Amino acid sequence: MSDTAATAALKLTPLHARHVASGARMVPYAGWEMPVEYSGITAEHLAVRTRAGVFDVSHMGEIEIAGKDAVKAVQHLTCNDAGKLKMGQAQYSALLTPEGTFVDDVLVYRLGPNHFMIVVNAANAARAADWITAQAKATGDAAVVDSSARYALIAIQGPAALDTVQPLTGADLASVRPYWFTYGEVSQARALISRTGYTGEDGFEIFVPPNMADRVWQSLLQAGHAAGVVPCGLGARDTLRLEAAMRLYGNDIDDTTTPVEAGLSGIVGWNKPTFVGAERLRAQKASGPERVLAGLEMLDRGIARHGYPVLKDGARVGTVTSGTQTPFLKKAIAMAYLPPSLATPGTRVDVDVRGRASAATVVPLPFYKRPRTV
Amino acid sequence: MAYPNDRKYTKDHEWVRLSGDTAEVGITDYAQQQLGDVVFVDLQAVGTAVTAGTPFGTIESVKAVSELFAPLSGEIVAVNDRLAQAPEDVNTRPHETWMVKIHVAGGAADGLLDSAQYEALLT
Repeated sequence: MSDTAATAALKLTPLHARHVASGARMVPYAGWEMPVEYSGITAEHLAVRTRAGVFDVSHMGEIEIAGKDAVKAVQHLTCNDAGKLKMGQAQYSALLTPEGTFVDDVLVYRLGPNHFMIVVNAANAARAADWITAQAKATGDAAVVDSSARYALIAIQGPAALDTVQPLTGADLASVRPYWFTYGEVSQARALISRTGYTGEDGFEIFVPPNMADRVWQSLLQAGHAAGVVPCGLGARDTLRLEAAMRLYGNDIDDTTTPVEAGLSGIVGWNKPTFVGAERLRAQKASGPERVLAGLEMLDRGIARHGYPVLKDGARVGTVTSGTQTPFLKKAIAMAYLPPSLATPGTRVDVDVRGRASAATVVPLPFYKRPRTV
Repeated sequence: MAYPNDRKYTKDHEWVRLSGDTAEVGITDYAQQQLGDVVFVDLQAVGTAVTAGTPFGTIESVKAVSELFAPLSGEIVAVNDRLAQAPEDVNTRPHETWMVKIHVAGGAADGLLDSAQYEALLT
């Protein structure tokens, strides 16, 4: 009975039926029933690193802010400097509490001079929408609309992404630089095509109307078939983002951690007069944080996982936030908050792997950086 | 995949193949499907005494850690060392890949299933 109730409450993306029909393994995630894997996490991960993979990320939320004071509102409620954004440009940023901790990490898109779209995590969508509405109200004349239901979001990631999508659209995708976007049609579907992603590879995130999602999904897979482009689930998305050291809300960052601690000072608009959380961040930057997010590589056999204690000489000094055995690098890697004195690459620590102290060494982030072509 | 009838199964999705008083233990095809890609199998050492229903090791997929429960009591007399290098054997050949051999001391754990009963459990 309770199973039925829980299943009934899960939200379904416009591609849900396609995932089920294609034999994907479905799991509950952040209130949605999502595909966790198609052909297997390892195979999908390697496909994205060497060819390309297609992901349904329609569970992400989209919140739009428009009006005379939209710039002022976005500058107030996001920590990065949205004033630098040109039309057609996107920016990694965050919504912070007054204490400087994360409400969510987001992408801010400038759709027009006074029109922005903020893409938020599924788990935080409702909370972020309420929070943005409240903050915007306080800053002047700007309307906030949760437009999540108007978009399906399909990501195609990997070295073959450009060549796969280009034949399906009239938009010149090679001219779209990373963290910029353009409008066009993809397989006759009206689309916002963004050169962004969450895998550490080149690729695109394509926003389309929900009723066109299946058509776009199918045409991407068809267009990429010969090149070995495959559908992927959230499992591979997680291992890919971890190799690239991209932070995951709920694991590596949350409402107890700040951008300064998380190694994300680069997304803080330090030159802005103010924004929510600014005071605390400036103070923390001046005094130095008490802990920082560091990369770990296991030396002993064993895999560090979320929540495992990090030890130095037997004493607990930190906590693992994300960890896995990576399919591409074929190493056990992790991220953990550590005191700055222990966060220098080369420092030896132990991870308490279910009661056994397993040696690890601090390594620089990211673990994986894609080879860049000129 | 068919579940061979030369062995017994547990509700924890392990298989046990007895020959004399030695039992080979592995996990079922269903179990490997649920786990996904196996990347690490950590087994207790030869000589360790195990008790039915208690862990004799852990198995990790890319996503998660699961415990392996001994289907019967006895002493581990062999571990499959190949799994250290090739944990993916558990995915590709689950019913041919034993993890440990247990010299059986007491009786079998309660509730071991034959292949028909195990298949019924999965439906």
